[in-house]
Amino acid sequence: MKGSITKGLSPRRRAYDITMRTLLYAAAALICALLVFLIGYILYRGIPHLSWQFLTSEESVIKDIEGILPAILNTVYVIIATLIFILPLGVGSAIYLTEYASNKRVVAAIEFATETLSGMPSIIFALVGVIVFCEFCGLGQSLIAGAFSLVMMTLPTVIRTTQESLKTVPLSYREGSLALGSGKWHMIRTVVLPSSVDGIVTGCILAVGRIVGESAVLMFTAGMGMRLAKYGDSVGEFFRNLFDSSGATLTVALYHYAKERADFDSAFAVAVVLLVIAFGINLAAKFAGRKLKKR
Amino acid sequence: MSGNTIIEAKGLELWYGDNHALKGVSLEIPENRITALIGPSGCGKSTFLKTLNRMNDLVPGVRIEGQLLYNGEDIYGPDVDVTRLRKQIGMVFQKANPFPMSIYDNIAYGPRTHGVRSRAKLDDIVERSLRDAAIWDEVKDRLNKSALGLSGGQQQRLCIARALAVEPDVLLMDESTSALDPISTGKIEELALELKNRYTVVMVTHNMQQAVRVSDMTAFFLLGELVEFGDTERLFSHPRDKRTEDYITGRFG
Repeated sequence: MKGSITKGLSPRRRAYDITMRTLLYAAAALICALLVFLIGYILYRGIPHLSWQFLTSEESVIKDIEGILPAILNTVYVIIATLIFILPLGVGSAIYLTEYASNKRVVAAIEFATETLSGMPSIIFALVGVIVFCEFCGLGQSLIAGAFSLVMMTLPTVIRTTQESLKTVPLSYREGSLALGSGKWHMIRTVVLPSSVDGIVTGCILAVGRIVGESAVLMFTAGMGMRLAKYGDSVGEFFRNLFDSSGATLTVALYHYAKERADFDSAFAVAVVLLVIAFGINLAAKFAGRKLKKR
Repeated sequence: MSGNTIIEAKGLELWYGDNHALKGVSLEIPENRITALIGPSGCGKSTFLKTLNRMNDLVPGVRIEGQLLYNGEDIYGPDVDVTRLRKQIGMVFQKANPFPMSIYDNIAYGPRTHGVRSRAKLDDIVERSLRDAAIWDEVKDRLNKSALGLSGGQQQRLCIARALAVEPDVLLMDESTSALDPISTGKIEELALELKNRYTVVMVTHNMQQAVRVSDMTAFFLLGELVEFGDTERLFSHPRDKRTEDYITGRFG
C-alpha cells in the first residue's frame, strides 16, 4: 500500500479536478465566443457598406456621396505629427531618467507620476488640451492641437516602455564601452540604444494604437471637420491649411455617424476600417519586435 | 627585476559611502611586467584595480583620497580626461562582455570611438588585435557573425582583442579567467605572458597558482590594506608578513 502509484486520485479529488477544468474551459470559450461575435458582427454590418468610393472620397451633400477619405488622412496626419514630437521627447526623457539622473528618489517619484498619468482617463487630457493648446496657445480646434494633446496623453506610455527596455541592457555592455574610453552619450548611442530599439519601437506602436483608438481627446481638441485640406499654392500653405483646420479622425467620424446622424451603416463601415488598422498595427508590433530582436 | 614604474599609488584611500575599502595603499607597478593582485574576497583588490582606470567613478557615493600617478600624472587630477585615461589603461572584465554585434564591429568599436574611420585602417587593426589575442585563426572566417555565438573562452579573448585595439599601455584584468575552463584559462595565461613584452598587465586573481605561473610581481591585499608587495617568487617562497604566509599556505581565505 505504501507509496502505491497505481491507485490514482481519490474520487473526490478527481471530481474537483474535472469541475475546475470545465469551468476554466467555459470561461475561455465564452471570451472567444464574445470576440468572434464582436468581430463577426462588425464585419457583417460594415462590409456591405464599404466601397471604394466610401474609402476614397470626401462626403458631399450635393452629389449625395458618403466618404471617409478625410478621416483616414486625418488619422494618418495625427499619428505622424504625434510621433514626430513623441519620439525625441519620450525617448529623450527616458534616456535622461535611466542613464543620467542621479537622484534616485526624484527618479522614483517621476516614474510613479508617469505610471499614474498613463492610467489617467483620456477625457482629462482632452480638457487640459482644450484649455492649454486650443485656448491659451490660440491653436483653436485643429489637428495640431489634437496632436499636441495626444503627445501629452501618450508620453507617459512611451517613456515607461522605453525606460523598461533601457533597463534590460546589461550593465556589462555599458562598462565594456566606457572601459574602452567612450563618452557617456557615445556609449548610449552605440551600445544601449541599439540593444533596446525593439522595446522603443514596441512602445511607439502601442502609442500609435492608443492614438488610433482615441476619440475623446480628439473630439475636443481636433474637432469634427470632415473636409479635405485645400492644397493651396505651396507645400507650406498646405501644411498651414492642414493643421489649422479642424479634422475628425476615424474614431471621431464613427461617433459622428452613429450619434449625430444615426447612420449606423456608415458607422459600422468605419468600424471595419478601424478594426483592420488595429489588426495591422498589432501585426506590425509583433513583426518589428521579432525582427529587431533577431539582429 | 623591476623596470620603470608606470603606475604609482601613494597613500590611496577609498570609501564606498561609510565603507572604508582601501586603506593607505602605496605601491609601484613596473612597466612591461605582470603584476598580480591577490587576497580573499572583499579585500579591495578589485576596487584597487578599478581605481586605475576610474571605473569606480560609476559607483555612487565613492570617495577617494591620496595620490595615484600614471606616468607621473595624477589619475584623479582635475583636468584628466577620463576617456583618454581609459584609452591608455584598458580593461578586461570578469565575465566576457562582447557587445551584441559582429566580431568585426566589436574589435572596431574602440578605434571608431576614438575617431578611426578608414575601412582599410580598421581592417588592419581588427586583424592585428585578433592575432595579438591569439584568436584570429578561430574567427577569421566569421568576422561578420555575431560575437555572442563564440564560446566563453573565445569571448574573453575577443574582449582582450577589443581592449588591445585601442592600443593601450596598460591592460587591467579583473579575474578574467575565473569563469573559464582550464584550457581557456591556460590560453589566456599564455596570452598574458606574450602581451607583457608590449603592455603592462595588472591582474586580479583568486587563483594563487595562476599568480605564481604568470606574474612577476604580486600584491597581497587584506581588509583594504596592502599587506605585502614584492617579487612573485620571493613573496610566495619567503613571505615577510605572517598574514601573507597564512593566506598563501591556505590557512584562511
